[in-house]
Amino acid sequence: MHEVGIANSILEAARSEMALHTGACLRRVTVRIGELAGVDPEALQFCFDALTRDTEFAALKLEIEICPRKHRCLACGTEFIVADYDFRCNRCGEEKTRFMSGDQLELVSLEMEQYEPNTA
Amino acid sequence: MNQIPLEKKVLKENDRIAAVLRERFLAHGTLCLNLISSPGSGKTSLLERTLESVEDGWRVAVLTGDIQTENDAKRLRRFGFPVKQITTGGTCHLDAGMIERHLADWDLDSIDLLLIENVGNLVCPSSYDLGEAAKIVLLSVTEGEDKPLKYPSIFFKSELVVITKTDLLPHVPFNLAQAEENARRVHPGIEILRVSNTRGDGIASWVAWLKQRRTQYYAAHAVALA
Repeated sequence: MHEVGIANSILEAARSEMALHTGACLRRVTVRIGELAGVDPEALQFCFDALTRDTEFAALKLEIEICPRKHRCLACGTEFIVADYDFRCNRCGEEKTRFMSGDQLELVSLEMEQYEPNTA
Repeated sequence: MNQIPLEKKVLKENDRIAAVLRERFLAHGTLCLNLISSPGSGKTSLLERTLESVEDGWRVAVLTGDIQTENDAKRLRRFGFPVKQITTGGTCHLDAGMIERHLADWDLDSIDLLLIENVGNLVCPSSYDLGEAAKIVLLSVTEGEDKPLKYPSIFFKSELVVITKTDLLPHVPFNLAQAEENARRVHPGIEILRVSNTRGDGIASWVAWLKQRRTQYYAAHAVALA
């Protein structure tokens, strides 16, 4: 439900980048979304498409990288993907593990064509 | 094709305001807590119980968010504490900018505990940092015990889960032990309290939790001032 706001924040970031790179045509914006971010990728894609249709961003594609929840084992140091809420280390079985990532909501990169540095 | 690395938070403007608020709260020694739940889980009732139960001398203030109406603020004002309604007009969550605007004419030096009642929703509020010291999630026994597994984000980000409406346990097929285990599966180490707002069960433990959390926060505040 809040994906419209998230899509809008992505577009704002794209807009401010565009101002730095005059003459550029934005092609792709990549975001990283953790499974604990509380953002539904499909809804975000839908909102992004709806917000960009018939605008200067019509050619801009949204790419979503989904990130699983990762923990690190406090015994052997292995970083592993947590599946089905099983937090035990998948290498040594240790129960004490620390949350490392999985709640990302980040802008990764922007791809553009005809890029000319703004020297003005 | 040129690729420009951005590597920043999508909600960086919200996060920037939240960071400013968090610093202000710490400088003034104001413990800010963000209460989140589905609609109808008992956030406003818990706040009513809180305002009638806090010890004398506690200076509490409430910001209560809803899509429409001033109803919650009206319910909460009768206890004599400052209460402000934030009407989002359709938005399903509060954001840091709304908190900043509604705090503009309040003196944080005269607020020990700021309770924010978020819009009833288990999904969207979890993405928005309001500058709070902790998020608290409420889960009522008339909901399913699998809520923590269905909405892991908010249970993961909350420090405490308050299980509400425990007086209804004999009448509903809610498995309390299972619900608590599910909350711990998503967030090992999450604290759990059980309350009944209508009967008053567990309210003393909740107020004790607030007091302990406030003491802890005040120690951090003293360090920040030193």
